[in-house]
Amino acid sequence: MYNFEFKNPSTIADAVAALAGEDAQALGGGQTLIPTMKQRLASPATLVSLGGIPELKGVCVEDDGSIAIGAATTHATVAREVADKYPALADLAGHIGDPAVRNRGTIGGSLANNDPAACYPAAVLGSGAAVVTNARQIPADDYFQGMFTTALEEGEIITSVRFPVPQAASYQKFLQPASRFALVGVFLARFADGVRVAVTGASEDGVFRWTEAEQALNKEFRPDALMDLRVNPMNMIGDLHGSKEYRAHLVGVMTRRAVQACI
Amino acid sequence: MPKDSGIGASSKRREDVRFLTGAGNYTDDINIRGQAYVYFLRSDIAHGRIKSIDTSAAESMPGVVRVFTGKDFEGVGGMPCGWEVTDKHGAPMQEPPHPILAQGKVRHVGDPIAAVVADSLEQARDAAEAIDVDIEELPAVLDMKAAAEEGAPLVHDDLKNNICYDWQLGEADDDKVNEVFSNAAHVTTLELVNNRLVANPMEPRVAVAEYSRGTDEYTLYTTSQNPHVIRLLMCAFVLGLPEHKVRVVAPDVGGGFGTKIFHYAEEAFCTFAAKACNRPVKWTASRSEAFMSDAQGRDHVSKIELALDADNNFVGLRTHTYANLGAYLSTFSSSVPTWLHGTLMAGNYKTPVIQVNVRAMFTNTVPVDAYRGAGRPEATYQLERVIDKAARELGVDPVALRRQNFITQFPYDTPVALTYDTGDYNGTMDKLEQAADFAGFPARRAESEARGKLRGLGVNCYIEACGIAPSNIVGMLGARAGLYDAATVRVNATGSISVMVGAHSHGQGHETAFPQVVADMIGIDESMIEIVHGDTSKIPFGMGTYGSRSLAVCGSAMVKATEKVIAKAKKIAAHLLEASEADIELKDGQFTVAGTDKSVAWGDVTLTAYVPHNFPLEVEPGLEETAFYDPANFTFPAGAYACEVEVDPETGQVTIERFTAADDFGNIINPMIVDGQVHGGIGQGIGQALLENCVYDENGQLLSASFMDYAMPRADDVPFYTVDHSSQTPCTHNPLGVKGCGEAGAIGSPPAVVNAVIDALQSGGKAVDHIDMPVSPSRVWAAMNS
Ligand SMILES: Cc1cc2nc3c(=O)[nH]c(=O)nc-3n(C[C@H](O)[C@H](O)[C@H](O)COP(=O)(O)OP(=O)(O)OC[C@H]3O[C@@H](n4cnc5c(N)ncnc54)[C@H](O)[C@@H]3O)c2cc1C
Repeated sequence: MYNFEFKNPSTIADAVAALAGEDAQALGGGQTLIPTMKQRLASPATLVSLGGIPELKGVCVEDDGSIAIGAATTHATVAREVADKYPALADLAGHIGDPAVRNRGTIGGSLANNDPAACYPAAVLGSGAAVVTNARQIPADDYFQGMFTTALEEGEIITSVRFPVPQAASYQKFLQPASRFALVGVFLARFADGVRVAVTGASEDGVFRWTEAEQALNKEFRPDALMDLRVNPMNMIGDLHGSKEYRAHLVGVMTRRAVQACI
Repeated sequence: MPKDSGIGASSKRREDVRFLTGAGNYTDDINIRGQAYVYFLRSDIAHGRIKSIDTSAAESMPGVVRVFTGKDFEGVGGMPCGWEVTDKHGAPMQEPPHPILAQGKVRHVGDPIAAVVADSLEQARDAAEAIDVDIEELPAVLDMKAAAEEGAPLVHDDLKNNICYDWQLGEADDDKVNEVFSNAAHVTTLELVNNRLVANPMEPRVAVAEYSRGTDEYTLYTTSQNPHVIRLLMCAFVLGLPEHKVRVVAPDVGGGFGTKIFHYAEEAFCTFAAKACNRPVKWTASRSEAFMSDAQGRDHVSKIELALDADNNFVGLRTHTYANLGAYLSTFSSSVPTWLHGTLMAGNYKTPVIQVNVRAMFTNTVPVDAYRGAGRPEATYQLERVIDKAARELGVDPVALRRQNFITQFPYDTPVALTYDTGDYNGTMDKLEQAADFAGFPARRAESEARGKLRGLGVNCYIEACGIAPSNIVGMLGARAGLYDAATVRVNATGSISVMVGAHSHGQGHETAFPQVVADMIGIDESMIEIVHGDTSKIPFGMGTYGSRSLAVCGSAMVKATEKVIAKAKKIAAHLLEASEADIELKDGQFTVAGTDKSVAWGDVTLTAYVPHNFPLEVEPGLEETAFYDPANFTFPAGAYACEVEVDPETGQVTIERFTAADDFGNIINPMIVDGQVHGGIGQGIGQALLENCVYDENGQLLSASFMDYAMPRADDVPFYTVDHSSQTPCTHNPLGVKGCGEAGAIGSPPAVVNAVIDALQSGGKAVDHIDMPVSPSRVWAAMNS
């Protein structure tokens, strides 16, 4: 690790100001950023911790019934606090990494990082949530822009995420055996106005919506409705843990299992 | 009634008190006043020619003490190989130099190019980044078969090719072997890969060295399984130091699994640099460094053929194996695919004709050496997979086919150079059938099928040659070391005992099990005995711990030394009791005169030995004896394992539902420790079978270079094991009748897992007869759908 300045602001405004400095970077739970720095693959001049900002923490229910989760809220807190409000989301948060990761890692950090195998992106896209930043509100469909790429501007920080609550939802995660990130993860949410299916872990373009599956399920909400659908393996990730074809196949299996879990 | 102390008791591991309370003293816990830190600049290229190294900028960086490159080690010996294998034509193996820091070429990703010694680790790293290395990249040699071809790029320019040796064991007459195969009623052939593994002990390697100008003495603290071996190799072959001026200490070591047997360049470097810099020097490997510098395991590609007659008797066995040695010869690397592998190809079966062919290859990968089981898992896996395949092809019960071909008469001379002293393979299989509840399997399968899962039962046997090893035999086979061990039993005046042993405990529980033996022999409480190990300045010259040898070899030395102590104590007791020495008996810590009620306690005799006021004049005072023990033969633990898996036919995911081990380890000193050893071994075997895989890409970059991509088994990957070691045929040639249990689990479990997966898939109508390890979900799915 190289030396760096450490700032610990207590308001969003101070954090944003600090991030305007040269080579400054936000620090969430540090579960991704700190290992990268230890390996000397990242060398920010200043780390601006978001962990000391009360406005960024916690879970609340908005007037429209949606759930707002502060960006600096840890996975463990989400798992605990949304368990009765949005069980599928709590289940997802409760199965990220191990207890140490869940007690440090944050939803904001996960979404800013947008690892193609991360879990939260599937929940956000699958729920049609909104990513709220210090400057604006970004619909999920616009937020994710490919592996490790998002709509966030330089210096922009996520402040919260707003999840509409579906009638039923399920996250089906097939583990990559080593990292236990998602080899393929499918988040399916059923709303009054339709079904959303978001897939993580599988695509070289990062998290994506499987629109064919959504259409089929909007017609008929049962696993068999997907039997004839195939994801094109071409854009899938192929690596030592699974070929493109295998991932494409798993997308189908996990989606059917998600449907089954919602019935 | 289970015993509560002494031999056969499950005494709780006393060392765990310090390990579990954070009071252990590991090498990285050792910090010496004024120490400097080493950072190794390692190659990120698999194969290349070093054109220039410019260290001038690095040398002037803050905190830098000195920067070393290969130049500083010209004239210093390289890392030695401890075993010279003779090829099938009688020529010695090709043995390239293995420099401490790269000279001329880099040969694998992780090969150290330069080393920076600085006041802090971060300063050393900063300076390493300022070293300018110009390397001309060369094509990397990775595929073993391609590497063997004429005209393949050479890993070592001075060798004639990349083949370390072409070795053969067993029947040398090809015609005779061919005849057996052409006359056979059935031949089963299988090609398989024994996947490369990274040992990944929890504690990475560490070395701390200091040098005293005042006394010209060196001390090296290192994460080793065998401090005397390190001292000998480093002094005699690498640095040319007088042994008596060098102390090597291996304190608490957090797991070894073989990869901490070897003498590593970093150890020699730190020792050298401590004098050169006149400062204590410390190196602690990061986990990433461990992935690219700890010797790795396995990595064989084999073809095995089994010939059977019309009655399903095994009549011939032939194997052709390519064994990857990596870029350099690690300390015992050459012996693993040969004498620790070929000799085990008979397994538990009376196959009359066996021919084993092994071609060992240099490639641009991390060196490969012994990993838990070392050669024996590779042999067992091939043999037990091909037998299973044969049973399926012939439509016979795999257990019955094995039983039919078991060796039943002992001693048994195999066609591949070993003499099994004892065993009862049918008896052990009986125990397995009971413990694994074979009878209940159909019902369990039906229950799985009702849930849409395929269930399979896999069974296999194993045998291993442990208690390594008779020095005269291994010397004949090329070992450059003896493989005896040693123990000193030092009785203190008040009767407590320190036993200094050559074996090293790094998880095996010697500190608990060894005292159980001595306590029983004398009849005193275990707590009066302490085991001292891991420090060349305290212990007699022993060869350390590997090959399930500690109790069988070092324990035997300890028994002999204890016998000498008792014999001398009896002389003293006889004097005190005014009786004839021949009439003295020792029981429950009391010396008595046979047929009388005269007695003297252990503590009174020991006190007399050190306060010899009333003492036999012809006897020396004191009570301390040393014994060396060189075994007469290997020991042959054997067993039968059963694994039950469920396969999810939609995803290919395999889960282990039951795992049962029936082992014959001969006599058992501490059943709980034996259970633990078997559990750990099976865990690693399941890791190899389902999860672990060390993979290089076509440029020699390590793809599985961290735990994000290298899948270690976790607690929820393994089931609760059933372990039965009640089948016991004591070893016939060591005083305790023990065989060793450290590697069995890792040797016996991979074929059981794979056999079970194949059984499951075939039960579901899938025409799959082999899947290479790791049997990952993606591989199972691909096999089901091809
Ligand atoms: C062993 C292990 C296992 C894991 N397993 C999983 C898993 O199964 N599934 C999964 O989804 N993830 C997994 N993770 C990742 C984990 O969820 C991390 O917590 C997450 O990826 C990053 O969150 P963080 O809060 O630690 O962010 P940090 O590491 O602190 O930051 C990550 C990036 O986000 C930026 N950032 C942080 N917060 C904000 C913000 N509010 N606004 C803008 N930018 C911000 C940082 O500048 C940095 O670039 C695992 C991690 C580890 C170490």
